[in-house]
Amino acid sequence: MHIVTRPIVIFLCLCLVLLLLFPMVGGPFYTGLVTKIMILSIFTISLDLLIGFTGLVSFGHAAFFGIGAYLLAILFGDLEHINYWWSLTLTLSMTGLAALLVGWLCIRTSGIYFIMLTLAFAQMFFYFFFESPHFGGDDGIFMMNKPEITLATRQLVDLDNEHDFYYFVLAWLVGVYLFLSMILRAPFGHVLIAIKANEQRVRALGYSTPHYKLVSFVIAGTIAGLAGFLEAAHTSFITPAYLGWHESGMAIMMVILGGMGTLFGPVIGTFIVVLLQDFLPNFTEHWKLIMGAIIIFVVLFLPNGIAGLIYSISNRFSSKENSGREG
Amino acid sequence: MSEIILRTEHLCKNFGGLKATDDVSLEFERGKVHAILGPNGAGKTTLINLLSGELLPSSGRIQFKGYDITDARPEKVSRIGIGRSFQKTNILPGFSCLQNCWIGAQSCLITSMRFFRPAKHLRMVHRRADHALQLCGLSSKRNQIAGTMSYGEQRQLEIAMMLATEPELLLLDEPLAGMGTEESQQVTALLKELAKEQTLILIEHDMDAVFSLADRITVMVDGAELETGSVDQIRNSQAVQDAYLGHDEEEAA
Repeated sequence: MHIVTRPIVIFLCLCLVLLLLFPMVGGPFYTGLVTKIMILSIFTISLDLLIGFTGLVSFGHAAFFGIGAYLLAILFGDLEHINYWWSLTLTLSMTGLAALLVGWLCIRTSGIYFIMLTLAFAQMFFYFFFESPHFGGDDGIFMMNKPEITLATRQLVDLDNEHDFYYFVLAWLVGVYLFLSMILRAPFGHVLIAIKANEQRVRALGYSTPHYKLVSFVIAGTIAGLAGFLEAAHTSFITPAYLGWHESGMAIMMVILGGMGTLFGPVIGTFIVVLLQDFLPNFTEHWKLIMGAIIIFVVLFLPNGIAGLIYSISNRFSSKENSGREG
Repeated sequence: MSEIILRTEHLCKNFGGLKATDDVSLEFERGKVHAILGPNGAGKTTLINLLSGELLPSSGRIQFKGYDITDARPEKVSRIGIGRSFQKTNILPGFSCLQNCWIGAQSCLITSMRFFRPAKHLRMVHRRADHALQLCGLSSKRNQIAGTMSYGEQRQLEIAMMLATEPELLLLDEPLAGMGTEESQQVTALLKELAKEQTLILIEHDMDAVFSLADRITVMVDGAELETGSVDQIRNSQAVQDAYLGHDEEEAA
């Protein structure tokens, strides 16, 4: 099941400290880049709930990312003052509703059919926004202002400030990670993980597995919507490409590269893929070839992704610790 | 005569032109071990799949404690108190024994759609999972990964997972399939223990086990009920010998 050993906790805390310190040394460009990566990480973590824990390979997860982003831009893009609490609540509940509708139809299928159905739905949403002149069509849509986070007329976080935005997104990333860890430890998570291993048996033990899969799909979709919301607030510019199958495919790649079924693996995968996309073009124009080679290498030699490597290193550490104690 | 816990009325299941279950009307008494015998392809597993909701019947009815469960799906059947084990070992191989039983035990919750408190704090679930492991003699293996255990132990776990749901009626699909003599004796002893308190419907090829366990036996041939009666009745039945035992001789020849 979802096991986080002590060395892993230490590793994750170290990563968190690095992320907390980064804006002080990173400069505005890289602070912005890491903000973008953390937003994408929230998206890929949510996909890991489906692929890594529920056994649902969704090839259309970017649709919910895009829907979240578009909802914020469409509903609130023209306003002078955007109330953060309102816009977030409305965006997330509507994205959740979309996930409920899509999921309700898709979870009736499994395997390759589930993949095709989720892809088909995502492409429908893509073409809807691509061909709708009202929502900017293929040019995309701009937002004039960022949401204002106020509590009793006091501003809590200034999203126009890149530093503030960075920490705001980091807080969300940690929050999403802790939330998903919580539900995976709860009775719900135990059923999900068992469904991934052997759905027929879980049904025979008295669980209506379609309901559990649907709830998982809605939670994942809503969190993807949250990532979209943050992305729209961050860049103030949304294009239909956000919903495309290319984005969904990249997200699956990040989850697998990082290590599915670990929650923190997809975050690492997202960091690696985006940073490679950013750095490799400096060395050669054929960077996509190198990128492909790296992915093939990881999949062949690290079947459990980067997280699997971290797990085996941490196990070696703890076994050394144990043998040291014995000696 | 004691209470009828499960009853089938004119149960039929067709796969295309094949009548896998053909007009089966049976009554199962509470507290008894009712074995179902029959040559390969007689439709025994299909019958179990119909009773457990894995398959829906083409026609006919199934009643459990007077309630109609003809159209109930597997999760519903499990929740009202009918547990089943599978002929082909059907466990969660990557999980420990305890985790395998945990999933069964956790179905005692009204719903597992609970998102906040960690599951490990649920003491009742712990107790049920441990009890099931203990009954099947797997307590010492509770933390072993199920897929790494011997075949016999996996078969025992298969039964333990079902017991963790604390069913009133147990559907056992060839619990002794593929076991060595010693393992087979262990499981037979376990089934005897269970039979003291629960109702068992048992499909089994092992004649010795069936004759030593069963109170009643139904013999099936080609999807239909051939004869139902006590152990002695079946042992001495000419029709059964022709259909079933004769069949074995043909196979041996």
